[in-house]
Amino acid sequence: MPAVQETVDLARSIDVDQYKYGFVTDIESEKAPKGLDESTVRYISAQKNEPDWMLQWRLDAFRRWQTMEEPTWARVSYPKIDFQDYYYYAAPKQKVAPKSLDEIDPEILATYEKLGIPLREREALLGIQPSSRVAVDAVFDSVSVATTFKAELAKAGVIFCSISEAIREHSDLVRQYLGSVVPVSDNFYATLNTAVFSDGSFVYIPKGVRCPMELSTYFRINERNTGQFERTLIIADEGAYVSYLEGCTAPQRDENQLHAAVVELVALKDAEIKYSTVQNWYPGDKDGKGGIYNFVTKRGDCRGDNSKISWTQVETGSAITWKYPSCILRGDNSQGEFYSIAISNGYQQVDSGTKMIHLGKNTSSRIISKGIAAGRSENTYRGQVTAHRRATNARNFTNCDSLLIGDKCGAHTVPYIEAKTASAVFEHEATTSKISEDQMFYCLQRGLSSEEAVALIVNGFVKDVLQQLPMEFAVEAQKLISVSLEGSVG
Amino acid sequence: MNVQNQIPRTGAEQALLALLDQRSGADDAALAGRMGELRRAARDAFAANGLPHRRVEEWKYTDLRAILRSSAPLAAPLDAAAEAEGQFRAVTFPGARRILFVNGQLSRAHSDLAGLEPGLTVVPLASALAGGQGAVEKLGTLAPQRYDGVLALNTALAEEGLVIRVEAGAQITRPLHVAHVFTLDAPAATFTRRLLDVGADARFTLVESFQGRDGVAYQVNDALELFVADGAHLDHVRIQEDSAEALHFASLMAETGHKTQFHSFALTTGALASRVSLYGRFAGTHAHVGLRGATLVKGRQHADMTLLLDHAVAHCESRELFKTVLADEARGVFQGKIVVRPDAQKTDGRMMSRALLLGETAEMDNKPELEIFADDVQCGHGATAGELDADLLFYLKARGIPAKEAEGLLIQAFVGEAIEFVEEDGLREAIIARAEAWLKARAI
Repeated sequence: MPAVQETVDLARSIDVDQYKYGFVTDIESEKAPKGLDESTVRYISAQKNEPDWMLQWRLDAFRRWQTMEEPTWARVSYPKIDFQDYYYYAAPKQKVAPKSLDEIDPEILATYEKLGIPLREREALLGIQPSSRVAVDAVFDSVSVATTFKAELAKAGVIFCSISEAIREHSDLVRQYLGSVVPVSDNFYATLNTAVFSDGSFVYIPKGVRCPMELSTYFRINERNTGQFERTLIIADEGAYVSYLEGCTAPQRDENQLHAAVVELVALKDAEIKYSTVQNWYPGDKDGKGGIYNFVTKRGDCRGDNSKISWTQVETGSAITWKYPSCILRGDNSQGEFYSIAISNGYQQVDSGTKMIHLGKNTSSRIISKGIAAGRSENTYRGQVTAHRRATNARNFTNCDSLLIGDKCGAHTVPYIEAKTASAVFEHEATTSKISEDQMFYCLQRGLSSEEAVALIVNGFVKDVLQQLPMEFAVEAQKLISVSLEGSVG
Repeated sequence: MNVQNQIPRTGAEQALLALLDQRSGADDAALAGRMGELRRAARDAFAANGLPHRRVEEWKYTDLRAILRSSAPLAAPLDAAAEAEGQFRAVTFPGARRILFVNGQLSRAHSDLAGLEPGLTVVPLASALAGGQGAVEKLGTLAPQRYDGVLALNTALAEEGLVIRVEAGAQITRPLHVAHVFTLDAPAATFTRRLLDVGADARFTLVESFQGRDGVAYQVNDALELFVADGAHLDHVRIQEDSAEALHFASLMAETGHKTQFHSFALTTGALASRVSLYGRFAGTHAHVGLRGATLVKGRQHADMTLLLDHAVAHCESRELFKTVLADEARGVFQGKIVVRPDAQKTDGRMMSRALLLGETAEMDNKPELEIFADDVQCGHGATAGELDADLLFYLKARGIPAKEAEGLLIQAFVGEAIEFVEEDGLREAIIARAEAWLKARAI
């Protein structure tokens, strides 16, 4: 390659403004009228053929939401959101309900193919892509378009379907658990979600079952000006185990799109849930224009004794991230874990962290958070660890490290550590630093470019968290980290 | 902050507003110029915002609307009996020059104001204000931008205190001890304020102590402003042993210049509820600031230590170490925030808060914060909370040391790690002795 061409390519590749998943799928869709009022809520509920209790629940939430004020405590700043300027429901137009994957609009299938999420079980089963034996629930704008491997999962007794389907088919289970971890008026965005959530995934693992494969949901926002409000509910019955993955992308658009999800996890006695997220919503362009506003409420309830919930997240996308996956350690001997990598570049703003609420006896939690700020971004870790009076022998270990790349970005740490019982042992440490000149020199001297050197060092910095991800995800995440940081050096 | 206007005023707030109103006439007449302006602003701010409460982030764990149930009247003017009792009760540090404040008022009779070292001037705040001496110009200049209700009350109401000046280059080895004693048998409120201006390359040691009559729920609102000029070295020790019923609120503001050394140590064992708000600002490069403290509380005491350290310039170093021992149902709060501004490259900041929970229902709330806008920095914080290490206890017991004594030794070692930073031998020994006294009193 001639040197000039090489330079041109290099210059192009290190532009921040390059988001691999920024394409738009050209597909007709059905939308609710723009704006939000009671009729929107009724429209969504009617589209889903929901039972009356569900509609009433939504309406109740909507009324409460109208009295609530947008929270302002997070370290993020953005122009006031006009909640009337969004579409609250958008579904790809489908003449008849698809019976099998073959009937799904090929455009959608192609979209997921492009994103690297094969929805065709056949290929996977034939061993064309042996590594991807992962059951996927694909959510396109407001609706779930396909769920793979359903039959095989059913054999094990596992229910894995869209939440709309679950509300119709497994109404008892949904009614028992929905809203039991994140109450209706928990916070502004969770309440909004309760009123207008359109789809999401539902997982139920019966007693003593170890889910035979990884479950996964892939969220894609396609439509212009839409808000995506998905709701995920995962229940691991006594002694069950499940590992769940979540991925998200959106097209490159100039406007800011809204995403407000609620995820509820319930782990009963001896159950374990592992929830991994790779969040790569469109972060906006290099001038901070566009991007997703990501306001997410994720909470797990270790309801039974000896239960365990583990959150792992890799946050690289979104213009604004407002997300605190939490664990309520209610059962005795229950365990909560939070592993996080949050990378911000360009004009991204991240305010993320976790809450560990120790209620039961002998509960333990572990928090490893790695924040990397580059460009002109702001990256905040906000966490809370609380041991209540009766949470004897509660244990927590927290480690949050921040890495700053460039002098225009900010890294902040805001932990709240509250021990209300003497037998609690809490340890917290946090550091902030930059990549040391020695490390850089060492890499450069061995012939790495500065881009490669930074990627290598950063991968080392986040290694503790990457190890927690399922293998396929870890590889993907590692690539994502290098891509996210492109343009941050030099 | 308009929302707060809708909250009904508490009884204490109404009483304070009435007090502010009553004082405003006299103030406006007596104090023209800068100080009058400051007081007016403080009164207006308090009228608009009231007492800080738990919805105000910095006061999340110390809700003054709940803690300050009623506002005590101002203390009556001093008489000879009170002065004599104050003289008798106040702690002395061997070798230190003592200035005595009784019930928030300067006791000239029992203050050692004669024969000050060359380069040292000590002027009562009231005279300084009346005379408009130069140093008063600096009053209130270190106040934080965000509203602090306790400081606003102090600014509006403090008439007693000192303005201390150390001339450039003066090397004063004899510590200056400002002792505060409360002697009345009925609750009263005191508002005191000191300004210390340490000139370039000077060296000085300031010791402050607070004590009072047991069983009386008096209220202390104290403020201290420190200016440490380029190359100066200041050691500061603060001992708060107010009665177990008293309320103690303190604001400490400090600004350090180029190549300064500033060390501060706080021992807290007194007051039913106490709060120290410390605002530190680095104004010159290559400064070193060390803030340490030991808090030992029991019963239903509540002790809050809140720091805001502003690394506004490059190449500065800060070290914080705070140890909290909580017996019975006591509650400790530590909030420490290190801010590193965009140009404050090469900042090195380390903050550590460790709490020892002795009582089953004791509570520790830690909130160490980092806010960093520069990339070439080394900053870290740590926070721990836990009970006495069972292994260490066992080790000592296995060597024939009775359980209580072993516990005492471990606690002593725990707070000792912070106390050992007090450089002056006499002072350090005195602080260790006071910590030991607390342990003994607890063991009985």
